[in-house]
This record gives sequence, structure tokens and C-alpha cells, in this order.
Amino acid sequence: MKYTDLAIIGGGPAGLCSAISAASSGAKVLLIDRNEKLGGQLIKQTHMFFGSEKQYASKRGFNISEILLDKLNDYKENVEILNNTTVLGLYEDGVITATKDEKYVKIKPKATIIATGASEKVLAFPNNDLPGIYGAGAVQTLMNVYGIRPGKKVLMIGAGNIGLIVSYQLMQAGVEVVGIIDAAPKIGGYLVHASKVRRMGVPILTRYTVKEAIGNDTLEKVVISKLDENWNPIEGTEEVIETDVMCISVGLSPLAELLQQAGCKMMYVPELGGIAPLRNENYETTVDSIFVAGDVAGVEEASSAMVEGYLTGLCAAEKIGFKHENYLELKKDYRNQLEALRSGPVGTKIRSGINKVMGV
Amino acid sequence: MDNNTIICRCSDLSLQDIRDLINDGYTSLEEIKRISRAGMGPCQGRTCSQLILREISRITGKDIHDLQPCTNRPPTMGIKLKTIADGRESND
Ligand SMILES: Cc1cc2nc3c(=O)[nH]c(=O)nc-3n(C[C@H](O)[C@H](O)[C@H](O)COP(=O)(O)OP(=O)(O)OC[C@H]3O[C@@H](n4cnc5c(N)ncnc54)[C@H](O)[C@@H]3O)c2cc1C
Repeated sequence: MKYTDLAIIGGGPAGLCSAISAASSGAKVLLIDRNEKLGGQLIKQTHMFFGSEKQYASKRGFNISEILLDKLNDYKENVEILNNTTVLGLYEDGVITATKDEKYVKIKPKATIIATGASEKVLAFPNNDLPGIYGAGAVQTLMNVYGIRPGKKVLMIGAGNIGLIVSYQLMQAGVEVVGIIDAAPKIGGYLVHASKVRRMGVPILTRYTVKEAIGNDTLEKVVISKLDENWNPIEGTEEVIETDVMCISVGLSPLAELLQQAGCKMMYVPELGGIAPLRNENYETTVDSIFVAGDVAGVEEASSAMVEGYLTGLCAAEKIGFKHENYLELKKDYRNQLEALRSGPVGTKIRSGINKVMGV
Repeated sequence: MDNNTIICRCSDLSLQDIRDLINDGYTSLEEIKRISRAGMGPCQGRTCSQLILREISRITGKDIHDLQPCTNRPPTMGIKLKTIADGRESND
């Protein structure tokens, strides 16, 4: 058994910031991630980020993860990193089991922060198992981590920020994007991203869905069709698009399996992407000393994942006896930053979701 | 057509298979998992469960909000029994 003060599961922006915050409070931190390289979604992001300066806006995603790793290095005497390590289970007594290099590891922390991020939603349509049909995450990993193009032509499904950004990145890699379709009546992503791809000649069709995929061994064609007001396909509006890749980007849901194993109370909250954990204002779940931060607490953005990470790391460390010397001041600052990120009309949905999981 | 729409890749179950089960009276995710193994493969329900919940909701008329997710147990991915057995050295 391995003992530590605080275990953090997931080394994306939320996990990295929790680790910085808890280690700077004096706690010994064990940071676990299944990948070789820490940074989570950030390492795949070649575009410049949105948000405010405090959350490194206008820096590229992979640069942000380098900045955070540098910052974490300032507290290296308090931090142990277990990369290439997948957490397998989280038990009622707080014990974590994991596997690294075919070895079985057991960990007993005083508190745990779950920062496992989110998983991609999928679609059901005929022949949805043909090779050539990818999730946006896989396309990004192939292109931006391994330098492999997924194919020649892509039809993007989903006009949210991820669909728009990945379309742009595909074009940067020399892949033709034949179009972007979305079932919603309006483009979900930021207008700047949408205008950028439109200017490059990519049509964005709203109120359209995939009717079926066609191909012998791999994807050859996609049939799309228009939707009516009640999201039902309108007969006679089918169009056939020739393409060898379909990239699906229709949203994410919290990767909450470990929380469910530990017995945390969960709730279906569509505003947060699916089944999300109930939590208090310190990001502690209904199970004592199990905290959450980032997309697993509710799908949002890297900017909020970072601030949630700082806040949660601070609170979890305090809970187990490591109170930062500027605890109250910092806590107030992080709360204000989160409030600012979620203010205005763009934050309406997320605010409503958060009220539900906090029982407001 | 519904036979070619794959809902559970791990156990190769189509939309038609899932609809037949629901119409046969298996109207919770837990029941469908136990009778068909959907959710017990490598993806551990990360892919299929939201699609199955939506089908249950559509056929039974119940809101997804009121449907029970299924029990989630360790391990989150496949692991050899030998690895677990060798891990006993770290017991204390
Ligand atoms: C294409 C794209 C563009 C984006 N653009 C922006 C943008 O411009 N601005 C912005 O603010 N946000 C953006 N985001 C969103 C942002 O990337 C995410 O909100 C953010 O990464 C969430 O951080 P996280 O730490 O919660 O999760 P993640 O970054 O997903 O990290 C979770 C980590 O946990 C690990 N993990 C999960 N389960 C286990 C386990 N069982 N054992 C061990 N490790 C595990 C994962 O491997 C991963 O490394 C974008 C996302 C995408 C996909």
C-alpha cells in the first residue's frame, strides 16, 4: 500500500492546478494520469485559447500545459507523478487501485480529487461502425499528437466549439472539410470560430442530421437529411455526400465512473453534459473527502477547469490539515474568477446546471 | 436498417436488439446489461449507456432524468488476474 496526503486522479488542467494548489499549501500530492504526457485535452490543442488573462487566454493549449507543469515543478518536493497509470477502482474505504506497467498498485490517501475529464457522446445511425467514422477526440489525437491525417475528406458532425476548431485544424493539416452539419437550429460554438471556417469556404448546415453511412469496407458516402421543428427528419430532403471520414463531435459527458464506484450521489443534469456528481461549494462530493474538479464535475472549458482545480486543491488540502497561509484570500479570488467566467448570457446554462448539483 | 445501427460495439448489439429487449420488458439499463452484456465490455458503458437510456425513454415514455444508471464497479478496464494476484505483495 502506498500512502499519501492527497491523491489526484487525472492530469488535465483541473488535475494540474489542483496539484499546484495543494502542494503549495504543504500537502504531499500524488498525481495520477493514464497517459505518458500530462496535460489532458490541452496537449492536443494547437489553437489559441479564449478566456481572460489569468487563465492564459491567447496562449495555445499545449503551451498552457507546459506553463502549468513548470509551475508544478516549483513544488516538486511535495509532488509525485504517476504517469502511464490507469486508476481501476475507488472503494468505499477510500483505497484507490491502479495499474502501471502491468503492476497492480494500491493507494491510501487522506483525501482524493477526481479530475478525470469527460468522454465523447456518440450517435446511432445505420452503419455507424464503418471504419472512417471517428470521434473528434480521436481525430485530434491522430493529427496533433501523432501527426497522422485521418483521411482525405471530412464531414464534421456538430457545430459546437470542438467541431469548429477541429474542422479548422483539419484544414491546417491539408485535409478537405466538405461541410459541418448540426441538428440544432443554431451554431453552438463561438461566432469567431464559425466565421473563420466559413471564410475558408466550408458550409455550415444547421437542422441537419446523419441518416445513414454507406460503404463496403470503409466509409464512402454519408446521407444527411433536414430536420423539422420537432427534430424529425423531413422526407425528400436527403443529400448524399461523398467522403472517406466522418468526424463526430456532438458533445461530452462527465467521465464519472470512479465517483459512482465510490458511492457519490449523482444526478442527470443535461446542462452539465449528463450524469454529474452532487457537490458543495468547496467541490466536495456527498462522500467525505472525495472532491471533484473540471469537466467531470460538469462539462465546461479549460479556463474554468483550471480555476476549479486551484480552488479544489486549496479546499482539499485544508480539509486534511494543510491550510494555505493565504487561504481565505485565495479562495475568494478563485470564486470571483469562476463567477466572472460564468457570467452573462453564455453562462446561463452552466449556472442552471450548477444550481442543480448544489441543491440550490 | 435498425439491424445495421450498432449500439453496443463490445457485444455487437444493434438498435433492433435493444428495442426487442425493451419491448420484451427489460426496461432498465441494469436489466438490459444483465441479459445482453451491453456495458460489460471494454467500453464499460461509456459509449452505449446514453444511447440505451434514450431508447428506454423513447419507448416507455419515461423522462431520462427518472431512469436509473447502472451500478458501476471496478475495474475500469480489463486487467489480468495474474496482475491482481501479484499485487498481493503490496498488502499491509
Ligand atoms: C477541440 C477542443 C478545443 C477546446 N478549446 C478550448 C478553448 O479554446 N478554451 C477553453 O477554455 N477550453 C477548450 N476546450 C475544453 C478543455 O479542453 C476542457 O474543458 C478541459 O481540458 C477539461 O479539463 P479536465 O482537467 O477536467 O479534463 P481533461 O483535460 O480531459 O483531463 C482529464 C485527464 O484524466 C485522465 N484520466 C481519466 N480517467 C482516468 C483514469 N481512470 N486513470 C488515470 N487517468 C485518467 C485522462 O487521461 C486525462 O489526461 C477544448 C476542448 C476540445 C476537445
